[in-house]
Amino acid sequence: MRLLKLIAPVVAGAALAGAAPFAASAQNFDDPKEFQAAQDLLKMTPSGPEGKPWEQNLGGREVDTAKYKKAGPYRICFSNAGVDNPWRVVGWTNMQAQVDALKDDIKSFKAADAQGKDDKQISDINAFVQSGDCDALIVSPNTTAALSPAVEAACKKLPVIVFDRGVLTTCPVTFVNPIGGYGWGIQTADFIVSKLPKGGKVLALRILPGVDVLETRWSAANRIFKENGVNVVGAEFTGGDNAKTKQIVEDYINRNGKIDAIWMDAGATAVAALEAFEDSGQPYPIITGEDQEDFLKKWKEKGLTAMAPTYPTYQWRAPVIATVRVLKGEPVIGPTWKLPQPVITQADLDKYVDDKMPPLHYAMCGCKDLPGYPQRWGGK
Amino acid sequence: MTIALKEIRQGQAFAHLARRINVALVVFLLFYIVIGLLQPTYLEPAGAMNFLRRAAPLAILAAGQIFVLVSGGFDLSVGSLVTVTVVGGSMLTANDPSNTGWAIAVLYAIGLLVGLINGAVVAYLRTPSIIATLGTLLSVNGVAMMWSGGSPRGYLPDNFRMFGRLVFHDVPVVKIFPVAIVVLLAVCALAQWGLHGMVFGRRVFAIGDNARAAQLAGVQVALVRIVVFVISALAAVTAGILLGGFGGVSVDVGVGLELQAIAACVVGGVQLMGGRGTLVGAVAGALTLTALFTLLTLLGWPQPLKETAQGVILIIAVAFGAWRRRRTG
Amino acid sequence: MSSADVIACGFPRRRTAAAPLLLLLGSIVLYIGVAIATGQTRMLEVEGVVGLLQRMVALGIVAIGQTFVILAGSIDLSVANLISVAAVLASFIMQGRPEMMLVAVVAVLAVSAIVGLINGALVSHLQVSPFIATLGSGLILQGLLSASFTNFAGSVPIEFQSAAYGALGPLPYSVIGLFLLALLASILLRATKFGAHLYAVGGNSEGARLAGIRTDLVTIGAHVLCSLTAGVSGLYLASRLRSGAPWIGRSGVYDLESIAVVVIGGTLLAGGRGGVWGTLAGVLLFAVLDASFNMLDVSAYPKLVLRGAIVIAAVAIYTFRSRDLAA
Repeated sequence: MRLLKLIAPVVAGAALAGAAPFAASAQNFDDPKEFQAAQDLLKMTPSGPEGKPWEQNLGGREVDTAKYKKAGPYRICFSNAGVDNPWRVVGWTNMQAQVDALKDDIKSFKAADAQGKDDKQISDINAFVQSGDCDALIVSPNTTAALSPAVEAACKKLPVIVFDRGVLTTCPVTFVNPIGGYGWGIQTADFIVSKLPKGGKVLALRILPGVDVLETRWSAANRIFKENGVNVVGAEFTGGDNAKTKQIVEDYINRNGKIDAIWMDAGATAVAALEAFEDSGQPYPIITGEDQEDFLKKWKEKGLTAMAPTYPTYQWRAPVIATVRVLKGEPVIGPTWKLPQPVITQADLDKYVDDKMPPLHYAMCGCKDLPGYPQRWGGK
Repeated sequence: MTIALKEIRQGQAFAHLARRINVALVVFLLFYIVIGLLQPTYLEPAGAMNFLRRAAPLAILAAGQIFVLVSGGFDLSVGSLVTVTVVGGSMLTANDPSNTGWAIAVLYAIGLLVGLINGAVVAYLRTPSIIATLGTLLSVNGVAMMWSGGSPRGYLPDNFRMFGRLVFHDVPVVKIFPVAIVVLLAVCALAQWGLHGMVFGRRVFAIGDNARAAQLAGVQVALVRIVVFVISALAAVTAGILLGGFGGVSVDVGVGLELQAIAACVVGGVQLMGGRGTLVGAVAGALTLTALFTLLTLLGWPQPLKETAQGVILIIAVAFGAWRRRRTG
Repeated sequence: MSSADVIACGFPRRRTAAAPLLLLLGSIVLYIGVAIATGQTRMLEVEGVVGLLQRMVALGIVAIGQTFVILAGSIDLSVANLISVAAVLASFIMQGRPEMMLVAVVAVLAVSAIVGLINGALVSHLQVSPFIATLGSGLILQGLLSASFTNFAGSVPIEFQSAAYGALGPLPYSVIGLFLLALLASILLRATKFGAHLYAVGGNSEGARLAGIRTDLVTIGAHVLCSLTAGVSGLYLASRLRSGAPWIGRSGVYDLESIAVVVIGGTLLAGGRGGVWGTLAGVLLFAVLDASFNMLDVSAYPKLVLRGAIVIAAVAIYTFRSRDLAA
């Protein structure tokens, strides 16, 4: 009897695990059409004011917003998925500073933090709509499908602007975001392919499975690696933890003797990965990180062969700008407003490295002209 | 007849010895041998030292947590203390090595404060430690976020990171010797002495076994409770210094560590409602868990199945311990 | 009725009615006060109050189940992961087809019941500490789930979404359902033999066993009920989020939060005292806190600090008078 109770979960587990190959995914992260669209966007030249990428756009058309015109100053509400990682922290700071910069047009700016919970964010959006205190609603959705009904319901009462992740409905006035994951994967994989010696070994470090923005990055990069016959010795999940990253890299170095390049789907643990090479007495690899200051600093100090892709935090400025325009009846780019997605190369590294900013500050923040810089972002 | 008696007594002595060997130690050695077969570098002295360096933070956390568990409670706040240590350390030192000394002092003071709060809430407000330390977990995490604004503000200087990262090279016999192991040995020695050598340790066991009886026997239950939470908190700060040293600044370094520490103790034979456990067991449990994760990584198991394996080991370890207790009475 | 039942009925069950009532009043006063103070009086209208109640549903359903387990002197840390499994399984089986709705619901409830059986058996037969047993089973569930599904699986048909989005007049079905569930649970606890036995086992399990009560069956029953409510909560979330994802349970922190609201509601962690209405009052408190923090525009981090302090304070308020030694 006791033995049965011990075996039962194992059997159940085996059954579930056996179902794995048949698991259907609602969202396809390996869409060749999206991949092609991203490649096209990467080749486009942005139009818009020079030096202000958060106001530029790649293609798209203008949407007439005359029907939303209202007398200012405006009351804007923001439903935030959360601030549970440094990228979102920098972005949120950007947004608040942008609101400050437009304070003549904005009477009140209320934000609700959903702490990473879809269920809570739905309630937050409903509460905003019901309160009657919002002239317009900005939404950064926690997940795409789950938030769509709430956004649809909100669209019926007030103009909604969505950014970062999208929703499955076209009712918002506009959806602002950069090129996205496929673009990142293409930019980084192309770089590694161009620098990798023949037969070189690449280790891919990923954070978590199932996160849409990260999965598309890997699927695009993997596609390019396969097309070019690159030897990817492993694709490991680090959980975004420095200690685990170092341990995984150390183990791979031990097993493979030499790792020539590191591909990362996000830059939070890039320095930890590099330190693993240091601690093992190995030469530095070719590496693609992200625009965090600690990675840029190390890149410059040690003369690495590297590039920093970005998922720019300046995209948190654009929705505020767009919302004010919408409420003024001025045209905005829609229904999708694509922002440029630059990369930091060796040539422009010096423009972005800044010793006085915090280690996990994102250099492509477009925030130098905003009120409160640099103290507001933790710099000196 | 006398010969038969002698044989029986020898057999009993052997069984007595076998029962005293901690199961976790055996399991750990088994795991480690398999790891060595898969990746021979682990069998070299340098590899073994590296492994111990990785396991040190968890072992230190377990060495602190065992005091609370043996007294009958739980300390769920240690993970967030680790986070606040790393984040706070980066803010206080701001990449200036001359700050390291007093920054570490401040961090230990914070640990002391949190331990005192935990202990006082449990001892004087009579709140169950699961709830009390859950509350401190949330609040301390909030404090870490508020202090850093969500993103740590400075780099950790090298002399701070030395504890977790520095390794002496060209050492005879072991080839390399990480500083982290010195810290680990020191903490283990202190904990062993505190739990098994001092009268204080006996009081902790007594409270865990039957708090009311201990009180009637004259033990100052409230004081002992406060001290065990302080010990756990100080161990957490130490583990945080090691983790910050090894890995650098990060915002979520402490996530889930409290449950891992409890799991390590449990795998090592610590009884969850108090009254029974050994420090050797706690440390062996930590080594076993670290070996398990390393083994699964080497076998190429995906991350989710590693969680499954941890759950299975946990249940088996505790079920085995309970079965053993029922058998030996 | 056996002698065991007579003894069980005679066990004193002091109703800690004070705690839930105080919580209820306190939460109401807080909500009204904040709404008036920030000038957002529209939150006091029917729609606003309904929105507040809607925040209670997901946590409330599983907290009712957790109440049973804690009353029995046990604990269940696997609920968050079971909620994820339920949500993913439901939407995977349904794949957007209305004809599969019943099959999916039955399958989810069956799986939940099995998990509850295993948890209960681990605790009562293998005598594994409930903390570890359910921590372990939760890890196993989560691991198996994440290994099989990396993203939202399948989807839920429109007809099923009415569970979360449909309403009877101004009141959503889900809120009505929550209160009906609470009523059922309360009747089960106060008016049935099982309920009496549950209090007995939680209050003094040795004494209950000696009195002839099958403590192992009671414990298993409590765990099965808890896991069933986790399954129902998962079904509700699949309906509300239109699909199930492997991280739903974890990101909602349903394990620690359900334990917190049960204890805040006056149910003792040691078992034997407390009830369902106290738990609901605790859930209301958390919902009011969420809504109030939004109205007051409190930023994310101070919210964490306050939440931790409130959890401790809400429990300390009535434990500090106890003369028992806490652990």
